[in-house]
Amino acid sequence: MTTELNSFRVEVRAWLERNCPASMRTPMPDEETPWGGRNAKFVNPDTKLWLDRMIDKGWTVPMWPQEYGGAGLGIEQAQVLEQELERINARIPLMSFGVWMLGPVLLELGTEEQKRRFLPDIAKGKIRWCQGYSEPGAGSDLAGLRTKAEIKEDHFVVNGSKIWTSEADQSDWIFCLVRTDFDAPKHQGISFLLFDLESDGVERQPIKLISGTSLFCQTFFDDVKVPAENLVGEVNAGWSIAKRLLQYERQSVGKFLNKSFDIQLHDLALQYADSETGKIDPDLRSRIALQTMQNEALGLLIERMERDVDGSGLGAPTSVMKVAMADINHKRGELAIEAMGAAGLAWEGDDFTQEEITEVKGWLRGKANSIEGGTSEINLNIIAKRILGLPDPR
Amino acid sequence: MNLDKESRQIFQDSAREWLVDNASITHFRAQRDKQSCVSGHESWQEMAALGWPGIMVPEDLGGSGLGITELGLIIEQAGHHLCASPLLSTGLIAVSALTLCQQTDYSQAKLRAIALGELKVALALEENHHHNPQAVSAVAKQHADGWLLSGEKIHVAEAGSADALLISARTEDSNRLGLFLVSAENIEIKPLQLIDSRDHANIAFDNISVPADALLELGDESCALLDKVLDRACIGLAAEMLGTATAAFEMTLEYLKIREQFGQIIGSYQALQHRAAKMYIEIELARSVVEKALQAVDEDSPEVAVLASQAKALMGDTLQHITNETIQLHGGIGMTDEHDAGLFIKRARVTEYLYGSSAYHRDRFATLRGF
Ligand SMILES: Cc1cc2nc3c(=O)[nH]c(=O)nc-3n(C[C@H](O)[C@H](O)[C@H](O)COP(=O)(O)OP(=O)(O)OC[C@H]3O[C@@H](n4cnc5c(N)ncnc54)[C@H](O)[C@@H]3O)c2cc1C
Repeated sequence: MTTELNSFRVEVRAWLERNCPASMRTPMPDEETPWGGRNAKFVNPDTKLWLDRMIDKGWTVPMWPQEYGGAGLGIEQAQVLEQELERINARIPLMSFGVWMLGPVLLELGTEEQKRRFLPDIAKGKIRWCQGYSEPGAGSDLAGLRTKAEIKEDHFVVNGSKIWTSEADQSDWIFCLVRTDFDAPKHQGISFLLFDLESDGVERQPIKLISGTSLFCQTFFDDVKVPAENLVGEVNAGWSIAKRLLQYERQSVGKFLNKSFDIQLHDLALQYADSETGKIDPDLRSRIALQTMQNEALGLLIERMERDVDGSGLGAPTSVMKVAMADINHKRGELAIEAMGAAGLAWEGDDFTQEEITEVKGWLRGKANSIEGGTSEINLNIIAKRILGLPDPR
Repeated sequence: MNLDKESRQIFQDSAREWLVDNASITHFRAQRDKQSCVSGHESWQEMAALGWPGIMVPEDLGGSGLGITELGLIIEQAGHHLCASPLLSTGLIAVSALTLCQQTDYSQAKLRAIALGELKVALALEENHHHNPQAVSAVAKQHADGWLLSGEKIHVAEAGSADALLISARTEDSNRLGLFLVSAENIEIKPLQLIDSRDHANIAFDNISVPADALLELGDESCALLDKVLDRACIGLAAEMLGTATAAFEMTLEYLKIREQFGQIIGSYQALQHRAAKMYIEIELARSVVEKALQAVDEDSPEVAVLASQAKALMGDTLQHITNETIQLHGGIGMTDEHDAGLFIKRARVTEYLYGSSAYHRDRFATLRGF
């Protein structure tokens, strides 16, 4: 077994050496983020080359079966691949809500036809997906959603609005929670629909974030027609699918952020250390050490959890990852701007480097880590009830 | 001189009313959407008419001869409404420098001008990424008519609208640290765009000639006047931060009382009630220290330096905690630019940095206390 893994490692390392372009081993500027989709832009041609090569290997989704665009790797092999990618600081070949959220759910709960129709396009980054869950009145209380889908002969008609829909204006399709029964108890009247955002009746209005970018949208649906075959699972049985997807989301976001920083905090602090002594303030240094320990502990926790469940779907423990990640990432942001001192207050202008501005905006953007994908409070409730077995108040 | 409790209340209430009508968060936001650096200098004349710049200026020089406690009440309100203005830099920092130094015709003329609202001043101190009032490379060279100053300073708050700058520089021959009050005329002022969208700039000066009187005090390795001025700056800024923390907290508390999820007001969840209660405790603790520190300055207490660091450090942590919670407890809406949560958190981090971070002041506190 270990010899097999070792030879796999040797193989992976050699392949990466030959196939990962040099520029794909450098920190990734925002505009080079490989989101894929119909309107994918490749500012750097190497981004496309790297993506294509990884697609050929099935390594954008290494654990998915080959017939759906994956490489059929087991968890141990997938971890080896990750380690080797990390070793050379390779950029992620494809960023995708399809890979992280929708794909795993379809693999588990989609029909064979749906798998063949949607999964390969996700693996190849051809279609960019967004998540239509939250509504103005239904955030933490997601099951309180009121976007309505009427069932017609061979299609649904969707009316209502979603909010905080990340990247909706850049995406091609949406996985969307709709209410198909207003009389049933709230968890029993929800369905899970997939549809094209270019359908008639869809409108997307970008909303500006505190970091200055427009990451998310309010999305309006006015008599949008959705073919019946785009329903995942049964009518009115969408809630358990929705929750399953959230678990995948929490897992992948936790994992992604755990490794997503190009600059280590300590290196950053050194760059802005006292000009005379070259030393980092001891108080700051100690807090950076603590954050680093915690971040590494989270990496180990993720590995351990993946091993325990053999990578196949996780339950409430994904909430542990999500809360820990949000907390650790908040600390990273705060420590980064503190370490940078004056430069840690940069907003715009040529008095600051692009890296400085990116760090500061990253600190602001990171504040959402404990909100998006279910707030930390909601995840703590899940941990308390599902894992610890604590009762509700009477 | 200090006001009695009742007059103080009236004083603060009238300040609040004026700010709500003329310089509220809504005003700040509207200006921010038009220009990247908001200084609030447009309303400086009106503030002068209210007597704010001269609160700490002696009566015989055209001021009200009141204490930092009274000015602190106004600055706290300004922090509450995120009102941008040169009040802290001019009415508190510059006035402190000019009243604590050896009195000359020059210093008294400047105090008069400040009280009239005719002189706005910014404190130009920092040269490195982190606060360090001792690490000064700006040079002062003595010559027949006074001094020649050369150097660069970074992140000077309120520099863009300043008529004069308080500059720290070391003498060329003996490396002594001095504090100068210099006209902005020949100084190169380069605006900076920081997260709080306020008036900040990097400045440079090359062999500018200033009169002998412009030197307010010449110290040795350090400058006692500068240290005293910085203590007052920290205390005044802590008062501003207290106002900001209180406003962010009140907004959050209000939201906890109206937002419903799961058919309940979210403020009915005990987990969130405890979070609100903890914030409240933290603000109460910080307020006690800030009020004590303001009072200590007016009483000329030997504890001023310790209290300055204590107030700045505790207020920094408190404000960080509260602005983070403000976003978190608002959920998605708190992450939007349209909501005020972002304005609070961005100003919070700038104030935390200014005149030394919490870490800096914890260390200074420990040193002063002999730990
Ligand atoms: C950057 C960003 C990107 C996002 N992207 C998407 C997306 O792509 N698709 C999508 O559908 N949604 C997205 N969201 C929305 C996100 O999922 C919601 O914001 C989140 O679920 C919280 O809902 P809310 O904003 O309505 O806050 P609320 O639910 O109103 O929460 C307000 C506060 O109350 C707390 N609270 C609520 N209920 C309880 C309780 N029972 N016990 C204790 N505390 C409680 C919350 O934790 C929070 O602190 C995004 C959000 C952000 C900030």
